[in-house]
Amino acid sequence: MASDWRRYTRTLRRFWGTALAGQLEYQLNLLIELLAMAGNLAGSLFVLSLFYGNGSGGSGPGLGGWSWPEAQVVLGVYTLLDGVSSTLLRPNLSRIVTHVQEGTLDFVLLKPIDSQFWLSARTVSPAGLPEIAVGLALMLGAGLKVGARLDAATLALVAVLLLSSTVILYALWFLLATTSIWFVKTWNATEVLRAALAAGRYPITAYPAGLRTLFTLVLPVAFLTTVPAEAVLGRVSGPWALASLGVAAGFLLLSRAFWRFALRFYTSASS
Amino acid sequence: MLVPVPSAPLPPVPQTPSEPIVVARGLCKTFRVAEKQPGLGGTLRHFLRRRHRDVPAVTDVSFTIQPGEIVGFLGPNGAGKTTTLKMLTGLIHPTAGSATVAGHTPHRRQRGFLEAITLVMGQKQQLIWDLPPLDSLRVNAAVYGLDDTEARRRIDELAEMLELGEELTRPVRKLSLGQRMKAELMAALLHRPAVLFLDEPSLGLDVNAQARVRQFLVDYNRRTGATVLLTSHYMADITALCPRVLLIHGGRLFYDGRLAGLSERLAPWRQVRLELAQPLPAETFHSYGELESLDGAEVRLLIPRQRLTEVVARLLNELPVLDLEVSDPPIEELIGRLFRQGVVA
Repeated sequence: MASDWRRYTRTLRRFWGTALAGQLEYQLNLLIELLAMAGNLAGSLFVLSLFYGNGSGGSGPGLGGWSWPEAQVVLGVYTLLDGVSSTLLRPNLSRIVTHVQEGTLDFVLLKPIDSQFWLSARTVSPAGLPEIAVGLALMLGAGLKVGARLDAATLALVAVLLLSSTVILYALWFLLATTSIWFVKTWNATEVLRAALAAGRYPITAYPAGLRTLFTLVLPVAFLTTVPAEAVLGRVSGPWALASLGVAAGFLLLSRAFWRFALRFYTSASS
Repeated sequence: MLVPVPSAPLPPVPQTPSEPIVVARGLCKTFRVAEKQPGLGGTLRHFLRRRHRDVPAVTDVSFTIQPGEIVGFLGPNGAGKTTTLKMLTGLIHPTAGSATVAGHTPHRRQRGFLEAITLVMGQKQQLIWDLPPLDSLRVNAAVYGLDDTEARRRIDELAEMLELGEELTRPVRKLSLGQRMKAELMAALLHRPAVLFLDEPSLGLDVNAQARVRQFLVDYNRRTGATVLLTSHYMADITALCPRVLLIHGGRLFYDGRLAGLSERLAPWRQVRLELAQPLPAETFHSYGELESLDGAEVRLLIPRQRLTEVVARLLNELPVLDLEVSDPPIEELIGRLFRQGVVA
């Protein structure tokens, strides 16, 4: 067990070390990614400000009963999650399709290490790190503005719920990417997922009842951003926090089981 | 027409008392493929109503390999070689039959199994393209749980055997194909696997690089006692490395035995080379056997073994023969013929 832990941590260090070294070979590419990130963030701040007339922020109810700074907390959580996906999820999970298409998944499957771990952690992209920092600042700053009490217990709960959001997002994405074993081309499916998750920029209560149900029960968008934001604002209820953890654990287990099942159908791109 | 060998494995040639390290029992693999007519119409019809059919890629293949053997796996493109290798390495599940490699069932992909085998694919690479091979080797060392000292020792040893030096610190994209293949071999062998599955390891290499890879494999086998199952399009690889060959065609195993015995089984005929006093038209030779080549007064005929004596007597009687030579056709030619025609008449 201890040697397993050592093997995985050493592997992860080598994975990320080589990933960063590989990206430094192409400085321009890294620069473009950072620019795209900045544009993205400015865009979502602008759109949100439109909802509230003047963006300077009154405290009256705006979007689904959320005031401007409260909605900013949600946007902060969304930005943070988007940063995590740019750093870790997208670089890794979008490669699964290529691995299947080109048959290089063979090399991953031949290694004495968990293939889901390899596919999910092989690379890392620093381009998303500023976004994580901005998201964190936006989330906590807007929280303080509305007088949220950010004591240690609240922060710990926020951290746990953010982790659970990340796991949910990861597992959903991995589930979709896994279908490439059968369909090979699943970029479209991934785009649909991204569009649906973009809905998480705004508080879940801002949506009509039907969509709200969809975003809570089918695509757990509510758990991704609204629940951690409620935690920042000190108003998340115990059942919701537990439900978030449960959903995360459920999706994670499902993604593992589905991956194992899918490998039975892997035919390995022919030579 | 050749008859496939029965599913019970023929006894392997260098029979040793030890347990076989690779066992294939009635391996079968059927792929489901989409049936689609060409053109836009066909594409639309396929999109609306998908039709599939089952294509058997490998049918009832059985054999065993003893530890330390080097076995050549021969067959034309699409014969089922790679599919068989993929079943033996656990990448794909067999549709029927079973396999045991180094005491494990491959498709379970247990750690002990994965640490005991390796697969080198000439047309796929695992090295990180933008970084020097040394980086990929360090990743593999961590994945296989080798500590730094041990990894360093093995890298040095393999680098010496493969004559690689400063190439290991140059980005992979800047290496020649030969250097890259050697580095691929290092990455595949760092964990000292007991069983090597090599799928076209010398594909695309020039003659010198091919020879070096071959020599390395011989040395490696001698030094470590590793078992090797090798596919190659280059007969030179097979003749230099493999005392024993498996011949697969149309997904079925046709031959399992010594390379030398292959010609007898493959070729129920012999080659007769004639030197004539003067050139004769091609039709002249039809009654004797199959005309293989006609170059002025030099003629090559293929004659069924059982008619050889009779035909040679007739040739000497009826034609102005200056010189006559009977030989087994070269193995390359036999296999080439099999690959072209699908069957051997």
